[in-house]
Amino acid sequence: MDNLGTIGTTEEQIELMDVATNFCRDKSPIDKVRGMIDDDLGYDPDIWREIGELGWLAIAIPEAHDGVGLSMAEVVPIAEQMGRNLMSNPFGSTTLAAQALLAGGSEAQQAAWLPKIAAGAAATLALREDNGDWDLSNIEAAGTVSGDSVSLSGKKQLVLWADSAELIIASVKIDGAVRFALIERSALSDNAMRRETVIDETARSYEVTLDGVTVSTDALFDAGRTRETLEKIELAAGLIHAAEMTGGAQSVIDYTVEYLKTRKQFGKIIGSYQALKHPTVNNYVEYEKARTHLYSAAHSWGEQGRGEVAVRMAAAQSHSSYSTAADRAIQFHGGFGFTHDCDAQLHRRKAILSGALIGDAAYQRSKLANLLFD
Amino acid sequence: MADKPSAAELKDYAEQADAWFKENTVRDPGFMLPLTFMEVSTDQQFDFLQDWQRKVYEAGYLGASWPKEYGGGGLHSEYQRVATRAMKKYDAPIMINAIGNGWAGPLILDLGSEEQKQKYIKPMLSAEDIWCQGFSEPENGSDLGNAQLKAVKEGDEYVLNGSKIWTSLGDRAKYMILLARTDFDAPNKYAGLSFFLNPMKIDGITTSRIKKLTGEYGFVQTFFTDARISADCLFGGEGNGWSMAMKTLEYERGAKVKPVGGFFVKELDVMEIVELAKNSVRNGKPLLDDPVMRDKMTQYMIDIQALNLNNTRRRMPQLMQDRPMGLPLMNKLARTELIRELTEFSLAFQGTKAGYYVGDENAVDDGYWHRSYLNSFSATIGGGTSEIQRNIVAEHALGLPKTR
Repeated sequence: MDNLGTIGTTEEQIELMDVATNFCRDKSPIDKVRGMIDDDLGYDPDIWREIGELGWLAIAIPEAHDGVGLSMAEVVPIAEQMGRNLMSNPFGSTTLAAQALLAGGSEAQQAAWLPKIAAGAAATLALREDNGDWDLSNIEAAGTVSGDSVSLSGKKQLVLWADSAELIIASVKIDGAVRFALIERSALSDNAMRRETVIDETARSYEVTLDGVTVSTDALFDAGRTRETLEKIELAAGLIHAAEMTGGAQSVIDYTVEYLKTRKQFGKIIGSYQALKHPTVNNYVEYEKARTHLYSAAHSWGEQGRGEVAVRMAAAQSHSSYSTAADRAIQFHGGFGFTHDCDAQLHRRKAILSGALIGDAAYQRSKLANLLFD
Repeated sequence: MADKPSAAELKDYAEQADAWFKENTVRDPGFMLPLTFMEVSTDQQFDFLQDWQRKVYEAGYLGASWPKEYGGGGLHSEYQRVATRAMKKYDAPIMINAIGNGWAGPLILDLGSEEQKQKYIKPMLSAEDIWCQGFSEPENGSDLGNAQLKAVKEGDEYVLNGSKIWTSLGDRAKYMILLARTDFDAPNKYAGLSFFLNPMKIDGITTSRIKKLTGEYGFVQTFFTDARISADCLFGGEGNGWSMAMKTLEYERGAKVKPVGGFFVKELDVMEIVELAKNSVRNGKPLLDDPVMRDKMTQYMIDIQALNLNNTRRRMPQLMQDRPMGLPLMNKLARTELIRELTEFSLAFQGTKAGYYVGDENAVDDGYWHRSYLNSFSATIGGGTSEIQRNIVAEHALGLPKTR
């Protein structure tokens, strides 16, 4: 099977891993994470500014647009550590918007937006709709061109961090074909955005109504780039979410192991009971497999064919291992596990949202099967 | 220490090895070849594999990096790695003397006396002296540390009484690495154990073949009745048996003694399973059109790719920071359980044909898959059951308390 890749790292990736490990641990202790749940913005703007200053939003942006000129491989360890520490902010959505611009944007569009993003401006993608389909080309939001302006209509759902984003890249149908439109946040009225209640309380998501919004035809991606833009978005989203989920899986396993080492029942530390110990090992094995796939996906990212297989394997394995590890974490914490105070639920909820955004493990496998067997 | 070879030297060597294995490898001798050293059942299989190992050794492609003075090739370990790669490339049969080359040999090279190295290493490499392992007992399997076979010192001899079980190649072996109890009053069960390089073909030692679940033979129970061995057979000193036994496990990783080369177990080729699935039919359509089978096969591909890449990741310290023992300790558990599941899955492809077994002309691939599935339990049970492996990972990688 020649579309199976291998695993490898880059020096920059490992340096970023070291920095991100410390930064995310120090800046996102659990009380801070919980404190942000009731915060409107959902993240600490000072920390977001620091992330911009660290250049993390510029990593996968070419030097010509004031970026660092590395690739998504180097974004992976940062997303992994954010997931590990439940650090929520527009890092993922902004990185994906930049990837979309790189795949589908014209030189002028890239020049207008990538330097801003590299310098720390938040951005996001508006792709999903009411039909709940993971197929991103199955949409109904529309654009009607008249002269050099496009009037948009329809609703986009699960638009992450839309409130913070200076730029929203929305998919709409124009003359029956999927196109991407650049919408400045300032072009949207406050009524156009409804904050959604999503299962992950650390995330912020909005429903965006496009009715009445008009953009210039200069704000559209070229029609000829739609297919590769969709592919790039799907893969980049798979990789980023796989990284977050892998970090989350590590974290929830550590959290459970800590509890199993301290809680006593029937006069014994409960971690000595095989009924708890063995499934925890199984979950740990699945997590390590996810991490192996993650760094394989990061390594194979740019390779035609292999890249998609590796990313989908990472997405499938990280979603299934994160979900199971968090599910068992709730159960193994007993009565405490049923409370909002137990961190297991934060992870379980986050895994559900991630699966909903990119397609769950079974969906990833169905896509993989086509690549592997047909 | 031999010098690291240049790229050109290695390339030459690789070409020679390729040519040799291309010419000399027999893949189909006209009978079913064992996939592991634990499955050697008939005289025909044994003779073939013993002869094959001798040929490979004499050609210089086994023990190439072991010291020359004891029968090895004295070359840098890169050479052996290249030779083993050639064996894999031409799908060569296994090396039969697994306990000798993989366990006893490294232990003797690491800790043995000059005399022991002279005596044991060369005939072990040539497969003239087959070795077996006497650790498990009928009453002490997973609780290996509780082994009860009695070794009592009388003059310059030890007198052995008791029994060992699941001894692969026990009826063919000349030597056994033996874990026996020399002290019944030791402060703990481990401290009473000693390790012996035990001769098998002596009075007082008999073996009885055990028929496996597959219907084949391959291992024995070994009985010791007042068997007398020289006190020189003691290895590592009285009371150090447990640490010697544990050391044999460490050599597997090849850190202390250069790997001997070759392989004792054939790796399952997943592409063969994919091929089998592609050639199977369900409801008149290709099996992999069935969404359930398709999803399961995909999950197994994800698992296989993860385990294969785990082996690469193990050697990358930058990706092993948090629990460095995790991947090495879980490898046996994850791999053997996956092979068991996959071979079982391969039966599900076969529809009505799953009902046939080795020996029937209607059996798919001569019953290879059924035999592989049933034999897969040798690896999920032998060498520490999967349940014991989970305890090991829990205690040594995750730091959970011991199960008592």
